[in-house]
Amino acid sequence: MSPPQERSSAAGLAETARQIRLSILDTIAAPRMGHIGGDLSVTDVLVTLFFGVMRYRPGEPDWADRDRFVLSKGHCSAALYSVLAQAGYFERSQLQSFMAPLSALNGHPNRRKIKGVEANTGPLGHGLPFAVGCAAGGRIAGAGYRTFVVLGDGELQEGSNWEAAMYAGHRGLDNLCAVVDRNRLQQGARTEDTNSLEPLADKWRAFGWDTVELDGHDHAALLRAFEAPRDGRPRVLIANTIKGKGVSFIEDRVEWHHKVPSPEQMLRAREELNRMELAQ
Amino acid sequence: MSAIDLPVRPGAAETFDCRVAFAETLAELARADKRIVAVCNDSVGSSNLNAFRDEFPDRLINVGIAEQNMVGVAAGLANAGFIPFVCCAGPFLTGRALEQIKADVAYNNYGVVLCGQSPGMSYGELGPTHHSIEDFAWMRALSDITILNPADPQQTRDAVRWAAGADRPIYMRVGRFKVPAVTPAGTAFEPGRAVVLREGGDVALIATGVLVSRALEAAERLSAQGISARVINMHTIAPLDEAAILAAARETRGIVTAEEAVVSGGLGSAVAELVVQRHPAPMRILGVPHFAPTGSASFLLDHFGLNADGLVRAAIELVG
Repeated sequence: MSPPQERSSAAGLAETARQIRLSILDTIAAPRMGHIGGDLSVTDVLVTLFFGVMRYRPGEPDWADRDRFVLSKGHCSAALYSVLAQAGYFERSQLQSFMAPLSALNGHPNRRKIKGVEANTGPLGHGLPFAVGCAAGGRIAGAGYRTFVVLGDGELQEGSNWEAAMYAGHRGLDNLCAVVDRNRLQQGARTEDTNSLEPLADKWRAFGWDTVELDGHDHAALLRAFEAPRDGRPRVLIANTIKGKGVSFIEDRVEWHHKVPSPEQMLRAREELNRMELAQ
Repeated sequence: MSAIDLPVRPGAAETFDCRVAFAETLAELARADKRIVAVCNDSVGSSNLNAFRDEFPDRLINVGIAEQNMVGVAAGLANAGFIPFVCCAGPFLTGRALEQIKADVAYNNYGVVLCGQSPGMSYGELGPTHHSIEDFAWMRALSDITILNPADPQQTRDAVRWAAGADRPIYMRVGRFKVPAVTPAGTAFEPGRAVVLREGGDVALIATGVLVSRALEAAERLSAQGISARVINMHTIAPLDEAAILAAARETRGIVTAEEAVVSGGLGSAVAELVVQRHPAPMRILGVPHFAPTGSASFLLDHFGLNADGLVRAAIELVG
């Protein structure tokens, strides 16, 4: 049985996030496929959860009391794989096989192949119902684990999310925490130009959720929000983020949803990430 | 309980609503294993779960009228270590939540038991929106999901008991349309292993669910006409009992399949896919060809020739 992982400070998380962003670039460079914009927007949330909040044992992935993590926006698998490798679920060198023929690292995560993945996501609107089931099960069993689920903002246009949000609110599942990666861009355009989500916080509140809006790149704020005392309601963090965060020519540009940088752009991106000033 | 009551002819065999056997068995299993939970969509009454709810209030998860969430929640409950039995009217389970069944249950390979209640055309007059005749075709298109269709209360009990310990994705029909007992005492239930109810060498009647007792009746009538019919209860649609089907193809002069389901993609298709490649044999596929007109379940089965008359006719066409 491996011991629980060490918790990082906000400053430590910021440096880890830089390393994860560099890992994402390397991961998508080989197949020249991936979803770089969302990978970079969700990085700080994933890093905070895996290295500052959640309890799990990479050497004992089926540990019954592990905190559950579900990446509903499964297309951001390069970010998830980079974090899982960093956490010790598999060797970092395996990232080089991302999307290669017969690789365990499919374009969307597959729990049959990769430990640490709880649910095979990809079709949008699936993660929250699944996470509600994990949390309801924990409640019925009297287990102490928590369930975390990360949602894209665009995927909130899927109705299944609201079925699940309604039920989690109804049951008062305060062992459940959702994070909305609010980068305001979906594949084809801005969310507000496509099918507007605002007033997003009001919507979650109306469904019975403890709703927190914060900077989704601020590790200290994320830590505080994740660890704030429970109040009998499920919690949602609306994490305001920048799609493509950390690389100037990718940030907040719709065309970088799943574009892959050229070799020259990769060099520039790496330089920018290496120079990135860390807030904490 | 609002089961459709069929007129019972004097002297006719007693018939049963399999939902009763299902609910009794589920409660019996739940008493012994606290991992068993029921998940439903405002279908406590129609799934016969009132007693379960009263006895295990914490283990009845009623998500309301939200089938996509229902199946996702069930997969999450399996992740949490439970054995979820999802109880929902067949059309809304397999139709509305098809992608959740594919991704959350089958592709994840979680041990969720999806119980399509009141399947086929048992909601008769409510019409095609409430008929579940596409379920076999839809479920057959998914990988890694076992498809069961018990023919009577005994098989329903056996199937539920097996499913509770199987730890794999399962879809099971739970019949509302009253059927007689057809399973001989002492018959073991093995998923993927058909039950040969009657031996015969001229024609094979491969039936499932409601059609099994009708195939037995047809075999009796064919016998009077000098035609020896083998009757096979194909209670598992996937994985298919290839050995029983290939034996029927080899040892008889033709195969008639019969199911309360669309003729494209169901049991008949499965049998045809096998025999055309391994041992071609003349076949007739009896099922539902199109959205049904208005009528009771009993009327609709007769309307589509899903009765002894239809089976006899098809058998004589093949080998008469």
